[in-house]
Amino acid sequence: MQSLADQIFEAGYLPGLSREAVYAVVIVLVAFAVLSFFVAPLAGVTSWLERRVWGRIQSRVGPNRVGPQGILQWLADGIKNLLKEDLIPAAADRKLFALAPYVVFMGFLATFVVIPFGSRLVVADLNIGLLYLLAVTSLVVVGILMAGWSSNNKWSLLGGMRSAAQIVSYEIPAGLSVLTIVLLAGTLSMQGIIRQQGWAPWDWFLFHSPFTFIAFFLFFTAALAEGNRTPFDIPEAESELVAGYVTEYSGMRFLFFFFAEWGNLYVIGAVAATLFLGGWHVPPITENPFIKGGLEFVVFFLKAYLWVFVAMWVRGTLPRVRVDQLMSMCWKYMVPLAFMCLFGTAVWMVLWPGGTPWVSVLMFLIGVGILGRFFWRVRYQIRHAKPEMYWNPFI
Amino acid sequence: MEEVTQTEIKPFHAEDMTISVGPQHPSTHGVLRFVVKTDGEIISEAIPDVGYLHRSIEKIGEKVTWHGYVPYTDRADYLAAMFANQGFCMAAEKLGGVEVARRGEFCRVIACELNRIASHLISVGTFGQDIGAITPFIHALRERESINNLMEEICGARLTYNYLRIGGVGYDIKDETCHRITQFLDHFEPIVDEYNRLLTNNKIFIERLANVAPITREDALQYNIVGPNLRACGVSWDIRRDIPYSVYPELDFKIPVGTGEMGALGDCYDRYLVRMQEMMESCKILRQSLKMLPKGPAISKVPVKFKPPAGEAYVRVEAPRGDMGFYVVSDGSEYPYRVRIRTGSFTAMGLIHKLSRGIMVADLIALIASLDVDAPEIDR
Repeated sequence: MQSLADQIFEAGYLPGLSREAVYAVVIVLVAFAVLSFFVAPLAGVTSWLERRVWGRIQSRVGPNRVGPQGILQWLADGIKNLLKEDLIPAAADRKLFALAPYVVFMGFLATFVVIPFGSRLVVADLNIGLLYLLAVTSLVVVGILMAGWSSNNKWSLLGGMRSAAQIVSYEIPAGLSVLTIVLLAGTLSMQGIIRQQGWAPWDWFLFHSPFTFIAFFLFFTAALAEGNRTPFDIPEAESELVAGYVTEYSGMRFLFFFFAEWGNLYVIGAVAATLFLGGWHVPPITENPFIKGGLEFVVFFLKAYLWVFVAMWVRGTLPRVRVDQLMSMCWKYMVPLAFMCLFGTAVWMVLWPGGTPWVSVLMFLIGVGILGRFFWRVRYQIRHAKPEMYWNPFI
Repeated sequence: MEEVTQTEIKPFHAEDMTISVGPQHPSTHGVLRFVVKTDGEIISEAIPDVGYLHRSIEKIGEKVTWHGYVPYTDRADYLAAMFANQGFCMAAEKLGGVEVARRGEFCRVIACELNRIASHLISVGTFGQDIGAITPFIHALRERESINNLMEEICGARLTYNYLRIGGVGYDIKDETCHRITQFLDHFEPIVDEYNRLLTNNKIFIERLANVAPITREDALQYNIVGPNLRACGVSWDIRRDIPYSVYPELDFKIPVGTGEMGALGDCYDRYLVRMQEMMESCKILRQSLKMLPKGPAISKVPVKFKPPAGEAYVRVEAPRGDMGFYVVSDGSEYPYRVRIRTGSFTAMGLIHKLSRGIMVADLIALIASLDVDAPEIDR
């Protein structure tokens, strides 16, 4: 990026400008490009995918009209929402009300700085990457609380309060399970964590020991709760709180909240893939940097989207927990379990400092066994499903 | 002299927040309003405010002829229109001394039980939706759609059927329709197992409903709770069996009662379970009555200008939302003198104030859903 700016500068295209100004302009342009051509479609396509997956789960088809297979549905929805009137309730706190969606949006957008899409494809490989990630995702709760408070609506307030309690509580098990990996890797850098793993499943931290295996599910559950996803979507529980903190929002501001929600879904998947699933590692089949880079990107993307898909699936299946059950689940079960994982991993590292490959392979086989058992159980559903509806994604 | 005033100082005094749940709220299923006083998430008081959907159905009865009132009764409870039809027709028949054609009675039972399944499907599906699971709701509506198709075949309408007439039914059920009903039952009975795995046995679903707002047997009897809500409290009371009407005495079916499966007797989960079991019993009734369907006319001869002798009649039918009573007075003219409809949802609303004390907002939604109240039926 910097070299590009240098080249432009030295070619003499921009006389009379300081080097710093050019850097700033280039950075802004690149950020804009990334934002428009990568992050926005990512959140949009995730929303489309969710509606399609959800449709299939509910024996419907889902949106399939705008673009091939309806893939441009998000664009149509976005344009529709842009054209809608932006209402601010008369009794609302105007400044906070207007600011809240951007705070939520920033909280999600800033995470993309440290997400490693490939061995070279990362905006900034911060040495405190994970800490930064946990910090900026906490920004979301501030935005939600602002939205809930400033709307001057009792449903919004209840939603905001629920959200604050929920996200702050679930950050503890999420943080603890992430710490398990930090302990193993000895670094907070996202790239550093990935480099400690390998392409083969038994090199992943997921199968490192039984404790990391549990930590992964703890992390995923806590991340779902932090992302306000079903079964933990109590802040916007539509059957209880109408729409929670977004009740009074309309048009583009409303869209920003959901943009952040779907984007966050991808972030959850990406972080899960980075910490536990070996990130962008590909088998050593080629030395060509372009093919390798492309493969890395695809592998990382698929790993992340696998968990996005699981989150959608969970949303389509499970009912919503009650607010007190949510809290008791966090504090009574998940926090002690997460501490157990952390402690267990530490003990494991002391007992077997050189690692335990046989345990990893065993854990991997157990994981495959669990998956096999699952598919054996759902074969009933597969046999009885209306065939073309379920297996063919192109209708 | 005694101390007149004594101010009580509470260390953490929280002011109650008054929230209006409804009339436009996703979970009130129609226009229904609750004035809820909460301390944060805990409800201190919930007062139902009914009357938003009042359409003067009882008063209309005084202005139209006996035959002409049947379509209006459809609107009393649009999810179970057949039962209101039946209640009114039975009341008119009782007044006029009309003998119902035997095939007509069986057609009525078939149509009513199909409608009961449809109504319970809505109830169970929206229950899931109120708890947060959208998928079971859509799957339930998918099955209900097949019932709607069957109803369309039987009587030409999908929601407000206007199928029953005084003295029988409007249209005979054809043989191929009977075949299709059997096909539907063959499809539906195994699919209930799918619901059970998706919803009934779901851990979160059970946790959300077990021990929530249990109705005691005494409360249920005092507050005049009827239908599945009453049976969930362990009271085996079903009009079809205990005050027999139509051809129900000839049919063999069980009355499912609540057993406190997962928690207290008469909690939300019991109310849900009773409805699931009742659907299966309805399937049994349907199979029997399809087999027993006699030959002959589906409607007996009733004069066009039906004028029952002066008098009064009270008839009760077992609707999906419980005992539906029709009190009809005739003065010997072409028009009913007075029609009064008694519905289960209205009395269920009376209990909400008592049950809602100290439960959470989310539980109130579960409670409303579990009572299966239907706004048009409350107000009529």
